[in-house]
Amino acid sequence: MSAPTTSLTGTRAAVFVSAVRSRTASWASVLATVGMLVLMLAIGQAAFGDFITPRLISSLFLNNSFLIVLAVGMTFVILTGGIDLSVGSVIAFSGLLGAQLLAHGWPSIVVIPLMILSGTVIGAITGVMVAFFEIQPFIASLAGMFLARGLAYVVSLKSLPISDGGVDWLIATQFTVGQWSVTPGVILALLFVACAFWVLHYTRFGRTVYAIGGNAQSARLMGLSVTRTTFIVYLISGTCAGVAGLIFASYTGSGNPLAGLGMELDAIAAVVIGGTILTGGSGYVLGSLCGVLVYGLIQITITYMSIDSWWTYIVIGALLLIFVVFQRLLGARRRA
Amino acid sequence: MKRLLRHRLFWPIVALVLLIALNTASRPSFLSITINDGALYGSLVDILRNSAQLMLVAVGMMLVIATRGIDLSVGAVLAVSGAVTLTWIAGSSSPGSIETVATAIALGLGVTLILGLWNGFLVSVVGIQPIIATLVLMFAGRGVAMLITQGQITTITSAPYTFIASGHLLGLPFALYISVLVVLVVSLLVRRTALGMLIESVGINPEASRLAGVRSRGIIWGVYAVSGLLAGGAGILYSSNIMAADANNAGLNIELDAILAVVIGGTSLMGGKFSISGTVIGVLILQTLTSTITFLGIPPAVTPVFKAVVVIVVCLLQSRRVRELILRRRKVSRPSPVEPLEAVMSR
Repeated sequence: MSAPTTSLTGTRAAVFVSAVRSRTASWASVLATVGMLVLMLAIGQAAFGDFITPRLISSLFLNNSFLIVLAVGMTFVILTGGIDLSVGSVIAFSGLLGAQLLAHGWPSIVVIPLMILSGTVIGAITGVMVAFFEIQPFIASLAGMFLARGLAYVVSLKSLPISDGGVDWLIATQFTVGQWSVTPGVILALLFVACAFWVLHYTRFGRTVYAIGGNAQSARLMGLSVTRTTFIVYLISGTCAGVAGLIFASYTGSGNPLAGLGMELDAIAAVVIGGTILTGGSGYVLGSLCGVLVYGLIQITITYMSIDSWWTYIVIGALLLIFVVFQRLLGARRRA
Repeated sequence: MKRLLRHRLFWPIVALVLLIALNTASRPSFLSITINDGALYGSLVDILRNSAQLMLVAVGMMLVIATRGIDLSVGAVLAVSGAVTLTWIAGSSSPGSIETVATAIALGLGVTLILGLWNGFLVSVVGIQPIIATLVLMFAGRGVAMLITQGQITTITSAPYTFIASGHLLGLPFALYISVLVVLVVSLLVRRTALGMLIESVGINPEASRLAGVRSRGIIWGVYAVSGLLAGGAGILYSSNIMAADANNAGLNIELDAILAVVIGGTSLMGGKFSISGTVIGVLILQTLTSTITFLGIPPAVTPVFKAVVVIVVCLLQSRRVRELILRRRKVSRPSPVEPLEAVMSR
């Protein structure tokens, strides 16, 4: 984020204009996503009739609550210009760990924090490698991914059921108002979005995150604690993945070593569709929320149209392409 | 001795030798090779045979990484090539004839070449970051593969097609010839011509090499095309091995294994330097690791833990921070405290 007051070259007005333009550009991506969301809802309503119902919107949030939490963590990482491939595997590890401990009779009040902590630990390992040893995020989180998936199999080779009140509560409890319904899992996910929004836009830490994504070298020269912030960003992503694992385990009522396979890609796709640029420094967590909703809506639409499920992959691939090219065009204009 | 220790491939080779020693210690018959019906059999031969798929993908990946790119779509491309080839053979009237198989393979490779060109187009012409440009195909490719097989697992019986992965020629597995041929051709192309140097120059600085008269756009486009083509070849090996096209599971995570093999072999993800022999050793390490785990009686599902350990150790050894710590302890004073990253990575 370029602040107008730090100008060294060019006039103040020119810097201000460019700052406004770069801000419009990053908002434009988010607006495009929101527009996409509205358009899809409108087309759905026109094509199927009775599409936009409280039930559909509620289930959209309910079925994607874990993906929302993942996307929040991923947004932090991508904003710094990094990437976290480990989150999908962490879902399997965290869920299976919880299921195994509960099966051994541990109380859920101990197990739930441990499930979240398992994600934090994987995030910490990735974070140490990226922040202190300057290993590329892609490779470091690849190690985290292998580690978490392997550890999941160490915990159990097959899927374990979860029948615990404490974990079930997250999804089984439904607060209903009319046809709207919401579960604690969804509330938790939205709470994460709200917290992330506050942290990213109203704290010093959040500004440092954007600064690192803009240019890590400059951020370091400005005296920002790049190493510490980078480490914490992966810690946040890991913790989010742990929470997502908890919600996912509660959602499926089991811990499964194959859970979350490829879900890191869903999260990255949602963040990119939400207008965050993969090189970092530009994007909004609310955009990521919209990205997840677009993603969920594609799946619902494909189910409604009762066409084969593999079209989901093709549509998402095409959508990714459109958004990336769109961002590229915006970026090109900004630089001109 | 010091020069030996400093050599780029020293630690990877040590790792490979250690793995083989571990296997031999736990099961002395590991090293033995038997001759049956004029063909060689044994654990080492199996490792060489099974490594062919990963070898093809990794060599393509290495060229892409050398230009500071990455190709995430290879797994999906692998699935597409298997799907195209097997669907063609299954639909033909004479699945056992050489012509059918040859046409099918040409078709499969042709499609993957187009997919590779598509990736190259996005990266070199449109200017999208490699990781996201290939992510598009990583998603869409698997969907396309399922579209071709209609979500079914297509199975066929065709003797010439089985031969590709399971046949023997002059006592050695045919798949081994393919992987050796690919490595040889690529080595000759990049090391006996200026191509390798040009690829590295693009990886170090695309803009500077363009100004110096290197046609970087064409080179970048080319490496993605080659990567797609080699992934297609791997897809044919994979489908020939199981005689089925499984759009969901073919080549799952092979992009990660390939990247891992390339990185273990000492090629930096920052681009600008690559080592073919390193990549070959990286592939063999990964394949031996997989076999070792099976031999030691550990559930194969736990393999990722060991891979994670390998990644972490190799990356830490290559990390500048760790090297500085080691150097400081040895009290070797260096004229400049900050070395260029490339220089450090290349050692």
